[in-house]
Amino acid sequence: MKKHKKLAGLQKRKAISGYLFISPFIIGFLVFMLVPFFRSCYMSFCEVEIMSGKHTIIGLENYIKAFTIDLDFNRLLVEEVQKMFYNSVSVMVFSFFVALILNQKFKGRAFVRAIFFLPVILSSGVLLGIETDNELISSVMDMVEETNTNTDISLVIQNILETAGVGGKAFQKVFEIVDGIYDVAISSGIQIIIFLSGLQTISDSMYEAASIEGCTSWESLWKITFPMISPLLLVNWIYSVVDYCMRNNNEIIKKINDQMVLYIDYGFASSIAWTYFVVVMLIVGVSSFLISKGVYYYD
Amino acid sequence: MTKQAVRRKAREDFWERNRKSGGYLVKKKIMGASYKFVRVLLLFGMCFLILQPLITKVAVSFMAERDLYNPIVITIPETFTADNYKMAAELLGYGKALWNTLRTSLLVALLQISMCTIVGYGFARFNFPLKKLWFGCVVMMIIVPPQTLSTSLYMYFRHFDILGVIKAVTGSDINLQKSQIPYYLMSMGCMGLKNGLYIYMIRQFFRNIPKDLEEAAYVDGCGTLRTFIRIMLPDAKPILTSCFLFSFVWQWTDNFYTKLFMGDMDLLARKLTTLVDTLNYYVINTLHNRSGASVAYGNCILSTGTLMVITPLLLLYLFAQKGFVESLSSTGIKM
Repeated sequence: MKKHKKLAGLQKRKAISGYLFISPFIIGFLVFMLVPFFRSCYMSFCEVEIMSGKHTIIGLENYIKAFTIDLDFNRLLVEEVQKMFYNSVSVMVFSFFVALILNQKFKGRAFVRAIFFLPVILSSGVLLGIETDNELISSVMDMVEETNTNTDISLVIQNILETAGVGGKAFQKVFEIVDGIYDVAISSGIQIIIFLSGLQTISDSMYEAASIEGCTSWESLWKITFPMISPLLLVNWIYSVVDYCMRNNNEIIKKINDQMVLYIDYGFASSIAWTYFVVVMLIVGVSSFLISKGVYYYD
Repeated sequence: MTKQAVRRKAREDFWERNRKSGGYLVKKKIMGASYKFVRVLLLFGMCFLILQPLITKVAVSFMAERDLYNPIVITIPETFTADNYKMAAELLGYGKALWNTLRTSLLVALLQISMCTIVGYGFARFNFPLKKLWFGCVVMMIIVPPQTLSTSLYMYFRHFDILGVIKAVTGSDINLQKSQIPYYLMSMGCMGLKNGLYIYMIRQFFRNIPKDLEEAAYVDGCGTLRTFIRIMLPDAKPILTSCFLFSFVWQWTDNFYTKLFMGDMDLLARKLTTLVDTLNYYVINTLHNRSGASVAYGNCILSTGTLMVITPLLLLYLFAQKGFVESLSSTGIKM
């Protein structure tokens, strides 16, 4: 009995020190996350004056403005969500594929790895979309691209396929993704690292056993590697989606910033941000629920 | 037996074995070789894909303005010049901005990582009530885009007050908008850029360290804090370095939080976004050229500026590549 009591004391002490350890986070979370979170929700229903900090409640007007009056919000929202989907899927495929290759042994592996992780630096923050940010430059670039299309190899292939009668919408999307392969490569640095870390935890003995049983490496890819790495699919999926939403060159983020900086309409900006946030949350929630159905946990 | 003889013997052996296996051995060799060839091709292509914009930027940054319009010049400039660098350095205010960025990034990264380490350790090693809830908050922090909060954070620090105390004393609230204090405060509360991710990774790392170590220390009379500092921290060096490097790099290039909080400070990322406008302004007002800078020249200066901003990071990456990558891939991140 006495022993039990002492253990409870130890547990209690441990709990207290645990709370002490995470206290910075709790304070930070409450002050800088939860409060602003609800305030921005509140602001989205208000008309905000910056200088005085006065909030006047105007109900759903900001949302109505976003959906019915604003010229391009609806279009941007649909476009961005679509793009997010394609981008995330192709990032997943690409990073899985690259991680598989980088996990093999070959000469100069360290060098190749270094290059593949370079996008972690190159695609961060302001560097992404620095060229498209400048309207003058991007408009000229578009013009150059339009006049240069004949030399575009993927367009030639696309034309050949279309005249052969295998074109169609699905192919067009594929070509769009292929054309945007740079965007994909540059946004999959972290995902490759995560997949690699997963691949390295799979023990060799599994593959050995499988190959002795007559399993080809193609089969063992789908029967061993894929299930073992599936928890990371979920992690990477969420990371890719969220990462895409926070990009600097995301049109909606740009719109939010414009509303804040140029038009100084904070209520409207928060209502856009909240709409976008809810949409993204829904997508993340539904898709990760679907993925988690298929995830296999080894232990 | 000489070396050659051994080799000949082995070759004969190979053909002999191949004959016995019904051609399987040769097939396997050819398959292996062609696989390797395809892999090299693919890897080369993808590496080129990633490096190409960088190479173009380097090439363009050394071109004189007339090279930009010369259709013969594609990669190697006809007249090498470092004028672009001088121009970009001047427009960026490079020396000062570099120093500011370096100082801010270092300080912020240090604050963030030390706080995240403590919190991550707390999550990994202690059991306490509501732990799941708090960890859910960490996950939420990773998922919620900071842009959702930007408006209210701005207002929050524009009219900063602690429960109305300051207003009662001085008669008005303080405007913290133009100072860096809010961001340092946020970093101390683990609310900076991608801090949820750092907490998550550090927690994952600490969870994998065997518990026996800690228990042994406890039995020997080592307190919780001492265990953390003397036993756990030295073990966690690799993951801490990589988190630190990430934090440093992402802070360096970040434009979101800096725009929100560091109003007037000359930081490289900020300067870079306005570089072309600054160039136009300079050309119109100082060189008295009404039409402003040409698009090609603007792009050239922008490339140069981008290079100048990322060069310190690339150097860092070159020397600390192991810190970035190897330690991360050995943490075994799992859901």
